[in-house]
Amino acid sequence: MAKKAIDVGRDLPPKIRQRHAVYAPRPVTTKENFAQGNRACVGCAEALAVRLVCKALGDNVIIAMATGCMEIVSSQLPYTSWRVPWIHTLFENTAAVASGFEAGLKAMSRKGRTRLENVKAVGMAGDGGTADIGLQALSGALERGHNFLYICFDNEAYMNTGIQRSSATPYGASTTTSPAGKVSIGQLTWKKNMPAIAVAHDIPYVATACPSYPLDLMDKVAKAVATDGPAYIHILSVCPTGWRCPTELSVRIGRLAVETGIFPLYEVENGQYKLNIDLPKLKPVTEYLSLQGRFRHLSDGVINKIQQRVTAEYAKLKEKAASSLVPAGSQKDS
Amino acid sequence: MTKSEDELTWKDLEIASIVTEPGSASKYKTGDWRSQRPTYKFKKCIKCGLCWIFCPQACIYQDDEGYFVADLYHCYGCGICAKECPTGVITMVEEGE
Amino acid sequence: MPSKIGMEVSVAIGEAVRLANADVIAAYPITPQTHIVEHLAELVADGKLDAEFMPVESEHSAMSACLGSAAVGARTFTATAGQGLELMHEVLYIASSMRLPIVMTVVNRALSAPLSVWGDHSDAMAVRDTGWIQIFAENGQEVVDNVLCAFRIAEDRRVLLPVMVHLDGFHLSHMIEPILLPEQGEVDQFLPPNQYPLPLDPNKPVTMGDFGPPAIYTETKWAQEVNLRQAKEVILQVWNEFGDTFGRHYTPVECYRCEDCRVLLLTMGSFSETAMSAIDKMRSEGNDVGLIRLRLWRPFPFDEIRQAVRNAEVLIVLDRALSFGGPGGPVCSEIKSALYQSGRKLKIVGFVGGLGGRDISIAGFEEIINRGIEISEVGSPHEFEIFGVRE
Repeated sequence: MAKKAIDVGRDLPPKIRQRHAVYAPRPVTTKENFAQGNRACVGCAEALAVRLVCKALGDNVIIAMATGCMEIVSSQLPYTSWRVPWIHTLFENTAAVASGFEAGLKAMSRKGRTRLENVKAVGMAGDGGTADIGLQALSGALERGHNFLYICFDNEAYMNTGIQRSSATPYGASTTTSPAGKVSIGQLTWKKNMPAIAVAHDIPYVATACPSYPLDLMDKVAKAVATDGPAYIHILSVCPTGWRCPTELSVRIGRLAVETGIFPLYEVENGQYKLNIDLPKLKPVTEYLSLQGRFRHLSDGVINKIQQRVTAEYAKLKEKAASSLVPAGSQKDS
Repeated sequence: MTKSEDELTWKDLEIASIVTEPGSASKYKTGDWRSQRPTYKFKKCIKCGLCWIFCPQACIYQDDEGYFVADLYHCYGCGICAKECPTGVITMVEEGE
Repeated sequence: MPSKIGMEVSVAIGEAVRLANADVIAAYPITPQTHIVEHLAELVADGKLDAEFMPVESEHSAMSACLGSAAVGARTFTATAGQGLELMHEVLYIASSMRLPIVMTVVNRALSAPLSVWGDHSDAMAVRDTGWIQIFAENGQEVVDNVLCAFRIAEDRRVLLPVMVHLDGFHLSHMIEPILLPEQGEVDQFLPPNQYPLPLDPNKPVTMGDFGPPAIYTETKWAQEVNLRQAKEVILQVWNEFGDTFGRHYTPVECYRCEDCRVLLLTMGSFSETAMSAIDKMRSEGNDVGLIRLRLWRPFPFDEIRQAVRNAEVLIVLDRALSFGGPGGPVCSEIKSALYQSGRKLKIVGFVGGLGGRDISIAGFEEIINRGIEISEVGSPHEFEIFGVRE
């Protein structure tokens, strides 16, 4: 008889608790609304992220998903990996489709034409489907203020079509359309700051997450579901295939992304920044870059440049978080 | 739906090819992909559940004694569980050993 | 007892959507559709229509939002024109292949470049293959009636397909015409609530939009084709019922004074009204001419077309769109194809005219018919005739 929940984090030594940000044992549902047997690559942390997100979403959801890795590995006719209502239509319209069924249910509920209540509309897309081709639809849906959660699963390139660059590909990464070569270091632009774009839309909840910190990720999803209005979560999804790293390191590399300050974990609630894991000392970026083949070609000079940028951006983020600590009773400038 | 995609006729399809059996893809045996397999020294296991939560295929289950084991039907041998286990319970070995 | 009111056709469309009690309207403004969505926004703002009005940020998102809305079973409406229809092109295929009942009025507008906000059928012709049911209206009353029928047809369990109602930009959308709006009670009886059979519902989870490997794709497309063809039966039933209820009968092909005519003209859309006047004039002068008006564009009414021309010797087809580098008029080429299959031998002469809002007067129609007759006798080196171009 399968258990309904499993306690995660029992008897962990303090250092391990710290490592995973699992500070106390927590029961986590054993329900897998993203079924086993999906066809993701071996060691895919995006699949892990989707699995964890689904645990936090619960059953009372409808998911719209963009064309991409997760869509393809979970929905080959005539089968499905999904145990919640799920729709895939196109690549760039996830937020529009999700806002459509949010509006549809809202109208039907008001007119007494449905018994469904509090169904959360969720949109899921990759970095390409969010920051590039899907940006317009996302911006529109956020601006219109629909009560929906949008999750970007960021594996930092168009992985499903063969590792082509997106605007979320980090500086210096080698992809098939930004290859490292004799006269190029790979991706020549810095990663587009999608969470900042979401924050600029003045929505109630924005967060970054990583499946290497599973409880933190699930808490954020739960918070976003409970938000009345648009919520955006950006999840770093390690891709061993595209990032050229060993499959068993997917979780560790995700952790290093956070520990080096390359992908800080934070929330922005109604414009107020909060760092979830404040690291007194960031690990050097080389610890993260050296594990991945897509950065193998980088010279010390470029790595230095990356280090400087990461340090500077992290400092800016800390500043935002500090200035968000407004004393009780005072008004925040808006 | 018992027919595979090669056998389905156009009349067999649901309207708009909607799939009505939730999770039907779990029949797919990703275990066949495996080139390495987890082995266990449960003496060291503290039943923390970290391997369970980090498995991308959700193929780890808790047995009657509370230990966490990979279901080899779906386990595709990524090795994340072995890497993340805090007490070194799990060792990946080549498939076929 | 309702009486005819003079109202702008665009506004009348809004009223029809109100009578149909739509749940969601997702639309992006584009000339000459704007008055439709403005009126709908007003109705919602005044509480006269209880619907979610989504002012989306592009037509691609408009149709995408409609997909989501229809997928949960909401009664869904949108409207667009010209470039907007083109922008949502890929989404149109999704709506039909995923069998989502959406009703859209397309205010036919010429496609750029050069930019033209004025009416022709190039936008409609560009979406021939998208798998939607498509109806062309020739006057305001027809538009209103067919919007109501469209919801009924689209949501019918045997159909479950999106429906486009085409109306000419400016020539119809912005005209004030006498419109008879049915009473709410009558519409409620004619139009049952939308009950999509397999909606997205947490109580009964389904997966929509699986991808289709080569082994199965053909089967999905054939199922789609059969479904669209079979929809014709439902369309005829709904039109019959509408006629019995409201007194206005619609058929896929309408013949005007064409019994036993030797020469027939075929038109679609608002040109049909002017053409009818031209036919009247020419017949009063002793000419043996008649008019066929094509109303049901998709699924194509093969039987009705073949029946309508069975006694004619010359068929002159006026297209309001130009397919470059090919046979010219899309409608004419489809008619030719339909008649070739049936082995029926008659002379078919294709004209392309009225592009980008260019009007054709009664005299113009007379010229077309006479030139068509001439070409049927002496032939022409051209695949089709372009009407009204200054050379």
